[in-house]
Amino acid sequence: MTKIQLKNVSKAYGNSKKVIDNMNLEIRDGSFTVLVGPSGCGKSTTLRMIAGLEEVTSGEIWIGDQLVNEVAPGKRGISMVFQNYALYPTMTVRGNIEFGLENMKIPKVERKKMVEEIAEIVDLTEFLDKRPQNLSGGQRQRVALARAMVKKPKVFIFDEPLSNLDAKLRGQMRTELIQLHKRLGTTFIYVTHDQVEAMSMGDEIVILDKGNIMQQAAPMEVYHNPENQFAAKFIGIPAMNVLPIAMLERNIGKMTDGRIFHVGFRPEHAEIQTAKQTTSGVHLPCEIMTMETLGSETLYLVNSDAGQFQVKSFHNPLMNTKKVHVTIPFDKLYFFDTQGNRVYTDGLPFEWRDEKVREEVLV
Amino acid sequence: MNLAKSSYINEVSEGEKPRSIKLTKWRPYLLIAPAIIVFLVFFIQPIFYMIYLSFHEWNFISPDKTFVGLENFIVLLSDPMFLQVIRNTLMYTFFTVLLSISIALLMSIWLNRQGWMYSFVQGAVFSPHIISLVSIAMLWMWIMDADYGLLNWVLSLVGINKVPWLTEPNIALASLIIIAVWKNIGYYTLIIIAGLQSIPKHLYEAAALDQTSGIRRFTKITFPMLSPSLFFLTIIGILDSIKVFETISIITKGGPLNSTNTLVYYIYENGFIFFKIGYASAAGVILLVILGILTLIYFKALSKRVHYQ
Ligand SMILES: Nc1ncnc2c1ncn2[C@@H]1O[C@H](COP(=O)(O)OP(=O)(O)OP(=O)(O)O)[C@@H](O)[C@H]1O
Ligand SMILES: [Mg+2]
Repeated sequence: MTKIQLKNVSKAYGNSKKVIDNMNLEIRDGSFTVLVGPSGCGKSTTLRMIAGLEEVTSGEIWIGDQLVNEVAPGKRGISMVFQNYALYPTMTVRGNIEFGLENMKIPKVERKKMVEEIAEIVDLTEFLDKRPQNLSGGQRQRVALARAMVKKPKVFIFDEPLSNLDAKLRGQMRTELIQLHKRLGTTFIYVTHDQVEAMSMGDEIVILDKGNIMQQAAPMEVYHNPENQFAAKFIGIPAMNVLPIAMLERNIGKMTDGRIFHVGFRPEHAEIQTAKQTTSGVHLPCEIMTMETLGSETLYLVNSDAGQFQVKSFHNPLMNTKKVHVTIPFDKLYFFDTQGNRVYTDGLPFEWRDEKVREEVLV
Repeated sequence: MNLAKSSYINEVSEGEKPRSIKLTKWRPYLLIAPAIIVFLVFFIQPIFYMIYLSFHEWNFISPDKTFVGLENFIVLLSDPMFLQVIRNTLMYTFFTVLLSISIALLMSIWLNRQGWMYSFVQGAVFSPHIISLVSIAMLWMWIMDADYGLLNWVLSLVGINKVPWLTEPNIALASLIIIAVWKNIGYYTLIIIAGLQSIPKHLYEAAALDQTSGIRRFTKITFPMLSPSLFFLTIIGILDSIKVFETISIITKGGPLNSTNTLVYYIYENGFIFFKIGYASAAGVILLVILGILTLIYFKALSKRVHYQ
């Protein structure tokens, strides 16, 4: 059982204000949990508290059924892969991988075997006697991985391990890490500020903002069912469009739910056409401001009397068109209150201006 | 300078002609000529002159220098006093460097943290570095005075008898080493602290996750990472110590009983007090050889074991 729990954990550096405020987080045994959030939101801090590199100001951290607040980093059964790898520059690749094992007083013969096995797995056998400085970024990354793996930890933690690699290598390492997780079945905690990494790797995403958890759920759940405006805007490329409700009321009718303040919809859920559609939904006459064609898809920035927003379309780009109609299906609308929290409604929370539309919806 | 200037003018005025190409080829040499000339006149020429003199007998005044072949060297190397001088120099160098670096290393590890007290101590130990050697020598002559010195007074408070710091042949060299170490540690500490602070913090974090004990953290991470700084300090420490002169010439004049006479002071004594120029030059040549060998050893042997990022 290596479930990890943070109970009412707060952290302040020195006397400055809290970086993490009363965080409650549970990381499932064997999960690939990704902590994601903008720069400075406290991802590394959270990770480092779990690893024991940073003390908690208050609260409890549990690994399995052990309270680890007072347990030394090396005794928590955790291996960490650092963003800059943190390889020991004075040791060879072999020395780096072996160092932790030597500290654990594992006999030499056994050590040698373990190192060679790991080197085989991460494909480093021919580099064992080189120094990290003489390796490429991807190779160093693999040394860091090997060093973490060889200790057979209960939990792996990764702090933006791929951010120093080029795009191609990053994609490759991403796949390798997913496979590694499948094979080992141990708990992975992974920090990134790249939402693509978060979506593609994690089986659970924890979205952080200013030291608070905004949402914790499976990637597709976060995408389809964001709990608040922050999560909605953070996941998805491009971000969800969020417009003040007042500007939309003209087009869809008066709100019946007083809590609602903003309405959001994803760019890929809006339909863009040259003529007004009869399908049910919010109809907005718009003007195309800019257009980015990306091959399979086209990204439009459009202006309407409800405000500016983006539309992603998988149809052929609309060349030489200025005036368009955008339709947003009713069931793709998300409502948020003044705090940015999601408002869940039964049915649609507005009066019908146009009786005809209403009939269509209800059919 | 003139030459360099004219070549430049030639090139500009005659454009692409062959002659200017030839001058262009020479221009770099002309530009470095002043530096080379200074180097030759003030560094290389004296060395050759010294080597030349070492084969002659000369008293500094008489116009003739008598060629004596290797005799100066033969006399020198069979002179027990000279052998003692060599021994003194090596002892002095070895212990000064060893103690300076060891103490500075310990001080650095202690001082490498935040707080006004640590900054204050660091400043205090550094101050001897900026005091002139002559003042240091005078100061320590008083501190180490057997009858009226501070050191013996302090020792008397804890019931230790007078120590003849500078007048007892078995102790005087050690006293000079103490003075040198006292002067060195401030600067050495500064260099080592800078070295410590340039060790990335994440290495220690990785080590903590690797369950590294305190001792292994020092021997496997801190010390190897410091080796460039320590290597640098060893080099300048040895070169400085071998050439020690001021403190000896002011405090002990090589005495008592030749026990603190070192190579450079010996050369000075023979050359400018006894006016045995040829003899002093021969000792100078030996100093040159020793320094040359040491330099070779550093770069061949030591540099291989030094970690450079
Ligand atoms: N050692 C420290 N001393 C003081 N403040 C710190 C320290 N480390 C981090 N902070 C502060 O804590 C906050 C959270 O930092 P943290 O490193 O956890 O962010 P992060 O989410 O990992 O960001 P990034 O994506 O840029 O790595 C930041 O505002 C940062 O300024
Ligand atoms: Mg970080």
